[in-house]
Amino acid sequence: MSRLKELFAKKGKNVLNVYCTAGFPQVNSTLPVMEALQENGADIIELGMPYSDPLADGAVIQNSSTIALQGGMTLSLLFEQLKPMRNHIHIPVVLMGYMNPVLQYGFEKFCADAAAAGVDGLILPDLPPFEFETTYKAIVDRYGLSFIFLVTPETSEERVRKLDALSSGFLYAVSSSSTTGNEKDFSAVEQYLERLQHYGLNNPVLVGFGIKDQDTFSRACKYANGAIIGSAYIKALDGQTDLAAATRHFIKNVLG
Amino acid sequence: MQVSYKQPDEQGYYGEFGGAYIPEMLYRNVEELRENYLKIIADPAFQKEYQLLLTDYAGRPTPLYYAARLSEKYGTNVYLKREDLCHTGAHKVNNTIGQILVAERLGKKRIIAETGAGQHGVATATVCALKGLECIVYMGEKDIERQAPNVARMKMLGATVIPAKSGSKTLKDATNEAIRDWINNPNDTFYIIGSVVGPHPYPDMVARFQSVISKEIRTQLAEKIGTELPRAVIACVGGGSNAAGTFYHFLDEPSVGIYAVEAAGCGIDTHMSAAATQLGKPGILHGSKSFLMQTPDGQVEEPYSISAGLDYPGIGPMHANLFVTGRGTFLNATDQEALDAAFELAKLEGIIPALESAHALAALNKVSFAKDDHIVVCLSGRGDKDMETYMNVMGAKR
Repeated sequence: MSRLKELFAKKGKNVLNVYCTAGFPQVNSTLPVMEALQENGADIIELGMPYSDPLADGAVIQNSSTIALQGGMTLSLLFEQLKPMRNHIHIPVVLMGYMNPVLQYGFEKFCADAAAAGVDGLILPDLPPFEFETTYKAIVDRYGLSFIFLVTPETSEERVRKLDALSSGFLYAVSSSSTTGNEKDFSAVEQYLERLQHYGLNNPVLVGFGIKDQDTFSRACKYANGAIIGSAYIKALDGQTDLAAATRHFIKNVLG
Repeated sequence: MQVSYKQPDEQGYYGEFGGAYIPEMLYRNVEELRENYLKIIADPAFQKEYQLLLTDYAGRPTPLYYAARLSEKYGTNVYLKREDLCHTGAHKVNNTIGQILVAERLGKKRIIAETGAGQHGVATATVCALKGLECIVYMGEKDIERQAPNVARMKMLGATVIPAKSGSKTLKDATNEAIRDWINNPNDTFYIIGSVVGPHPYPDMVARFQSVISKEIRTQLAEKIGTELPRAVIACVGGGSNAAGTFYHFLDEPSVGIYAVEAAGCGIDTHMSAAATQLGKPGILHGSKSFLMQTPDGQVEEPYSISAGLDYPGIGPMHANLFVTGRGTFLNATDQEALDAAFELAKLEGIIPALESAHALAALNKVSFAKDDHIVVCLSGRGDKDMETYMNVMGAKR
């Protein structure tokens, strides 16, 4: 059984997925940050591959990507860094990033290297379902990787079902139709998550965007299998020298 | 299957380029547009209002001017399509008039746009004032500094100009910020893209609105020389909207040469250039697959050109297809060659062109045509906004 499947079979509720940017805050801090996340109770790590033009992300994550790129982070370096990952990291790891760097690296080589490093799944927000189905799905499947699509409050039921059918691992519910890090009224989000619950989807649902503390985390978890934290954690790492302590403090604040 | 160079297939592909590589957060808005734009454009009431505005408001048809002294110098017959005489000073208004009418019919109340040189921003602010709609223009911080008169024009027209402070602080970053705004305002906002870039259906929609340029050229040539078809059409390409409009009705006429001129900046090999087909590789930016200047690691490179309107690391997918299929000939002109062409046109014809358009004129030095050929160059905009650059050149010469 894949790590993601195993996780959701064991723990159906309150799954905590934390996003970190590879090569942030220092180019060599990728694995130490992942270890700190695992140690302090994260269930999944979403590892961001920095890109110069991250459309679906807000300023905080773009800024962390810029710092990582200035530090010399590349996909080749990242896979080099991830080689010993599975000696220490036992929780599922999904890579999140944008299509262009992946295409330049070579989509198949990318999947092969990700699988070899022990990566469990991919999130590529600017790869739409049509191109995924017609060109890339077979490759992703060949390397045994999960592929995770996003849904938003504006996504129709029919389309949610289609994206659910194409996804494996989990479905990523964007809590408001917004770039990461924006705060919006949470009650509209709750209605939307309730609606998703009633669809009876194949995949577990994790809620992303706008989750930052114990209150928002537990409210998101009421209607979903768990939640994803991104910008808030990146902010918490910014300017910190003791990354383990900053991570411990941050996750304690979320899990209570 | 490629049926025409003019239009993409149903998924928005021109050959292997185009598509809609957008995050799910943009899907509903883009899909709403994709489902409706052809129906809206075909509607007789839309066409009536669009044509009336093009005529009475934008000043169309623009003249097709036989440039006698320029023709003499280059030993061929050169015609200038005078888009510089459009209201707001460039071809950009052809597109913004079309898109504001589409936005209105989709019930949108808030208009956003990106701009490089400020020409598209001004053209958008103009039509928003015309329709009484809120207008927000994203513009790179660096471009705000170098295009101050256009910033003032947008403000006078009632638009809010928001500086894009990320990345290279130019057109590509202004586009990122505009797309983010659209993601954050999914219900009431319409994004008026200024070039033949972005996710499908934008490249096709913008090309259709700009195609009035080549439609008029055909009619005007027929009146002047008795045939609708010139030997060649020449236009500058940044994203490529004036080029798309100039080429459009000639793309499926094999006898007509298609010449696209990119900005070489300081020179192709200097790392200070914006010639996307020469320096780029296929890649994805702003929602479509096309030629893109990028690092070996797939990070988008910062382009350079003296002309803010050509300072873009990519090129519209239609043009990428013209490039790889060989249907179009892709040339490039350096900053200096463009400046020389601008001063030459001023002295020979009494017309001060925009720096962007000067790149197209520079191609006359690069291709030789026969004495009885008829060549059309798109003079996409006028040079008022570039006077500071021109004054610096004149100052340096003194």
